[in-house]
Amino acid sequence: MSTYAQKKGVGAVIWDYLTTVDHKKIAILYLIAGGFFFLLGGLEAMFIRIQLAIPNNNFVSAGLYNEILTMHGTTMIFLAAMPLLFAFMNAVMPLQIGARDVAFPFLNSLGFWLFFFGGIFLNLSWFLGGAPDAGWTSYASLSLASEGHGIDFYALGLQIAGFGTLIGGINFLVTIINMRAPGMTYMRMPLFTWSTFVASALILFAFPPLTIGVFFLTFDRMFGANFFDHTMGGNTIIWEHLFWIFGHPEVYILILPSFGIFSEIFATFSRKRLFGYSSMVFATVLIGFLGFMVWAHHMFTTGLGPIANAIFAVATMAIAVPTGIKIFNWIFTMWGGSIKFTTPMLYAVAFIPSFVMGGVTGVMLGAAAADYQYHDTYFVVAHFHYVIVGGVVFALLAGTHFYWPKMFGTMLNELLGKITFWLFLIGFHLTFFIQHFLGLIGMPRRIFTFLPGQGLETGNLISTIGAFLMAVATIVLLVNIVITSVKNVKVGNDPWGDGRTLEWALPSPPPFYNFKQLPLVRGLDPYWIEKMNGNKEMTPAEPIGDIHMPNNSFIPFMISLGLFIAAFGVMYRVDHAWGLPVLIAGLAITFGSMMVRSIKDDHGYHIHKEDLLEDEDKGVKA
Amino acid sequence: MQAEEKFTPETWPASPEKSTLEAKNKFLGFWLFLGGETVLFATLFATYLALKDKVPGTDHALAKDLFEMPLVFLMTMILLTSSLTSVYAMYHMKNFDFKKMQLWLGITVLLGFAFLGLEIYEFNHYVHEFHHTFTSSAFGSAFYTLVGFHGAHVAFGLAWFITLMVRNSKRGLDLYTAPKFYVASLYWHFIDVVWVFIFTVVYLMGMVG
Repeated sequence: MSTYAQKKGVGAVIWDYLTTVDHKKIAILYLIAGGFFFLLGGLEAMFIRIQLAIPNNNFVSAGLYNEILTMHGTTMIFLAAMPLLFAFMNAVMPLQIGARDVAFPFLNSLGFWLFFFGGIFLNLSWFLGGAPDAGWTSYASLSLASEGHGIDFYALGLQIAGFGTLIGGINFLVTIINMRAPGMTYMRMPLFTWSTFVASALILFAFPPLTIGVFFLTFDRMFGANFFDHTMGGNTIIWEHLFWIFGHPEVYILILPSFGIFSEIFATFSRKRLFGYSSMVFATVLIGFLGFMVWAHHMFTTGLGPIANAIFAVATMAIAVPTGIKIFNWIFTMWGGSIKFTTPMLYAVAFIPSFVMGGVTGVMLGAAAADYQYHDTYFVVAHFHYVIVGGVVFALLAGTHFYWPKMFGTMLNELLGKITFWLFLIGFHLTFFIQHFLGLIGMPRRIFTFLPGQGLETGNLISTIGAFLMAVATIVLLVNIVITSVKNVKVGNDPWGDGRTLEWALPSPPPFYNFKQLPLVRGLDPYWIEKMNGNKEMTPAEPIGDIHMPNNSFIPFMISLGLFIAAFGVMYRVDHAWGLPVLIAGLAITFGSMMVRSIKDDHGYHIHKEDLLEDEDKGVKA
Repeated sequence: MQAEEKFTPETWPASPEKSTLEAKNKFLGFWLFLGGETVLFATLFATYLALKDKVPGTDHALAKDLFEMPLVFLMTMILLTSSLTSVYAMYHMKNFDFKKMQLWLGITVLLGFAFLGLEIYEFNHYVHEFHHTFTSSAFGSAFYTLVGFHGAHVAFGLAWFITLMVRNSKRGLDLYTAPKFYVASLYWHFIDVVWVFIFTVVYLMGMVG
């Protein structure tokens, strides 16, 4: 038996995950942490819907409602949707390009722990005097007036988590540029890899404005600065601009990888090459580019003037063109294909009409003049839930079913999967379709209750019933995960039978070094090409040789922990004398750990050729 | 090529900063990081321009009252020179002359400290002579945040150079250490470029009103 394939105890497994730099294990960490925050955000959504089920309800107080509403949005965007997408990017993208790991395994781990500690910090606000309550956008005048430490938790938590995301983005970019297998040209990259690439570029350029905006908020609230205080010469609109210069690309950071997941699913289960591959790539890049040109459409009613509004309205509508290209390509991929309606495919098919509805209301909202009517009503709530749930969450659920065997080596139950799908689909439309009309007849966003006799009762009740259906769907999914994990029926390389891309050429889950020999890529959908040529596996591009691997490290955890401690220091410095020492101690831990990383050499280690050959003889799949 | 391999000036590759896959990744990743840093500073510049001379009362000092050419010019010259000396250091790195590289990096660090010292003097001067502080006005907040972020970058760059020089003083150059020096010098150039913009946008444009 080779040295690295030993059975481990529970403590050793936990230590392994705390120190791992393996992209597949980090993917699992992202999936668990992101899934946890998804459930938390979902619970908050349920509280919102229960409170709004009937008029004059007092299930939660007005103040608590503000906190729940704020945390629902913040949690779902920053702590659930993005990490879950990062989970799939980590699990699949390096395999799709034929790489043994990401470019910076250490930074990959650091990115996860920063996100994790940022998320925990943000949610500790519930137990330490109240959560943030100024909405997920946290507009400056409102957030400066908010009492207690809620907004401080928001600012510092997002700062820490944001660093993690930025690091992840750079890591994926370098991985895709530098680490593709022989023959894997840019125009042979699977769409999920392409969308990861573009989304990572968006992260690189969109997160710094958020970093700075959040710094300003921190300085204003905790260090006496005056960026947003107009009595001292400040300007509150600066926050709106910075937030949306980040915030609009952010929605593309979420939706583009989702498009990528659906592109893989459509091609796989139509058993056809993706229709219009190059136009799909072009559309992805174009959406990414235009995504930076439209932030002010969130600020039509701020008063930027008709010229600015007109320009941003036109730019906004222009995004409908590349998005339309994608929709048609997906439909044409199915056209004439031999379609298998598996659970992931059901989500993909349901995604098209759901997302298109969100797109249509998007164009309606993009018409600046009309936006004055829709602004701050439930019409907007309906719109963004149609794109984010109908697009991103459907993709996450589809991806969970689709990639589960690749990540864990066992298939989720298809029957339970389909039950989840139908409950979720019906629940989703029940919840949000009616909200268009609630908005059009005048129900404002963000209110904690409404009066009877204004025609809002039925719509809100239906909406709440729909939310419960989605909650049941989520519970079915959890049951499915538990049953599947207990049964743990192992599957082979290509459990769906129609895998096209490189990840399906590997065992499920892949060995920790991914590829014993780097594969030779002979075209788009390389594994499909080999299968069509009668080959069982990929043609290797190199002889078996030593493989260089990175060492595990506990330093990423320590760097993140230091910032987590420092954040408490920053926040309580204002009230308590012990704040400053804590701040200094936290930063000392962070910078000290960075110094240790810098001073201690870490050359990694080699898996020797003999061990690899030995594994092969015994048929061990690591 | 292995990272730990020993070299002589004859076997030293032409581009030691990107001769291994790790080094290539580091090289590209750092350039991308600088792309993100560019957006970060662009955001700070935009905010500074929006809040320039935005003060709560008429008795507050404005940009034209604060800035004086001789000091800022001296700081600019020192930082520009330090960029040049770091180029010399990288020239010697590429020629596998470790001692001369350390020497020129040492000069770079000294110039960096001189710059930082002058910046501290400058801030101190504004605070005590003009009561222009971080909390006195939006102008003050924006000014100290933009220039202070740059100053913090300089301080971090100095700590980075010193750590590298001390850590590698015994073992010299190989394909594991050369990329580290190269990337630190890239960072130093970036700081310098940002200062050129600060000199123009904050000081020159500030002095003409």
